[in-house]
Amino acid sequence: MVSIPPLSVQNASVTRNGKRLLGPVDLEIMANGLTIILGPNGAGKSTLLRLMHGLEKPSGGRVRFAAPRAEAYAQQAFVFQTPVMLRRTVLGNLTYPLTLHGTKRANAEKQALIWLNSIGLAGHEHQLASALSGGERQKLALARALIRAPQLLFLDEPCANLDGASTRDIERLILEARNTGTRILMATHDLGQARRLATDVLFLNKGRITESASAESFFNSPKTPEAQAFLKGDLVL
Amino acid sequence: MLEIWQGIQAAFWLIVTFDADLYEIAARSLFVTCSAVAIAALVGLPLGAWLAVSRYRFRRFVIAMLNALMGLPPVVVGLVVYLMLSRSGPFGVMGLLFTPWAMIIAQVIILTPLIASIAHQSIRDLWAEYHDLLISLNTTRSQRIKTLLWDSRRALLTAALAGFGRGIGEVGAIMIVGGNIDHVTRVMTTAIALETSKGDFALAIGLGFVLIGLAIAVNLALHVLSGTEVRDRW
Repeated sequence: MVSIPPLSVQNASVTRNGKRLLGPVDLEIMANGLTIILGPNGAGKSTLLRLMHGLEKPSGGRVRFAAPRAEAYAQQAFVFQTPVMLRRTVLGNLTYPLTLHGTKRANAEKQALIWLNSIGLAGHEHQLASALSGGERQKLALARALIRAPQLLFLDEPCANLDGASTRDIERLILEARNTGTRILMATHDLGQARRLATDVLFLNKGRITESASAESFFNSPKTPEAQAFLKGDLVL
Repeated sequence: MLEIWQGIQAAFWLIVTFDADLYEIAARSLFVTCSAVAIAALVGLPLGAWLAVSRYRFRRFVIAMLNALMGLPPVVVGLVVYLMLSRSGPFGVMGLLFTPWAMIIAQVIILTPLIASIAHQSIRDLWAEYHDLLISLNTTRSQRIKTLLWDSRRALLTAALAGFGRGIGEVGAIMIVGGNIDHVTRVMTTAIALETSKGDFALAIGLGFVLIGLAIAVNLALHVLSGTEVRDRW
């Protein structure tokens, strides 16, 4: 298997209807670690994730992977802020990415049941995914993303609107994935979560990366006035 | 009102006495329409899905045309198919005119745009919901189409039933290409038209009731078999 990282974003920007949503952004993502993308609402966190994952086309610049593009995208996964559930059972949602890429149904179901056990949804396999609670759906979406052991995982505010218990479960899964070698990029504006999970931080404001640092350095001595204000809980304008 | 009452009585007796002619034309009606719906669904459902997931230059125009074709006048379709299948037509050598196959061909032409258009509308909405996920999962176009068809199967059943409803009640095209020949191409609708023209309104209405009953029975059977409104609540 070819390694995807380093992933480099070179002078990339995203413009929609004449309005620049992101960029220009220059960025290099190396293997290993968990990068938290912080910033106020509308800073371009989701757009940056979508750009790197290929859901958004750059208006300028480019995104490059170490692996060929097709292989690179096959080794990635994305979890959306609002989980998208296929109109299938819980088991059907989990087996989908496996059967899509050639795993036999029986094997896919075996793997899916192991995952269901680990996310606390054992016994729900024949229930419709739409009938799950918000937290359960997000756990299922995360398990669906992780079931093919992606090298690169993008998480777009996966714990937004979730209660403490669901957030704890999701964070456990994220940390397990990081520990097994999945490179994770996650957008959030939950500072507590960022402190708990980050190995390094990208701070975005008005579509630009204003600060990029290790987690320790960022949280202890932020360099830019915007990051300082954000960490203090002040409004970042 | 008397004719309607007599019609109900006629329908009742035709059914309970196992009238051979009635069962023969009812079976032929079902054969022609079910075959046409099956072929139209095989073409129309993937076409609707393909139109939903594809982006190309004249997409809007093609979709507008497809919607417009839902209103194809059956008589015109019948006339065109007649000309194509008649001895002097390009397919005359196949000898299909005045056979149930000609009726199926005419119905497929009428039903395909209807099924494709309804399928396109349901699949387009599902595609909007699934778009980012399916792209994120690195699916090919054919995998997207298969997924959308499978996950919207209940809505597509409605599209097929709409096609069945239009087909089973269709008379103009199949009258022209089938010729309403007794024991060969006579179906429920053409039989009703014939009895009406003969002035036997009671029998015509009786056949009409049987036709309505048949349509309802097929719809109910499909809903029960597919578990719609029972198992799933999408």
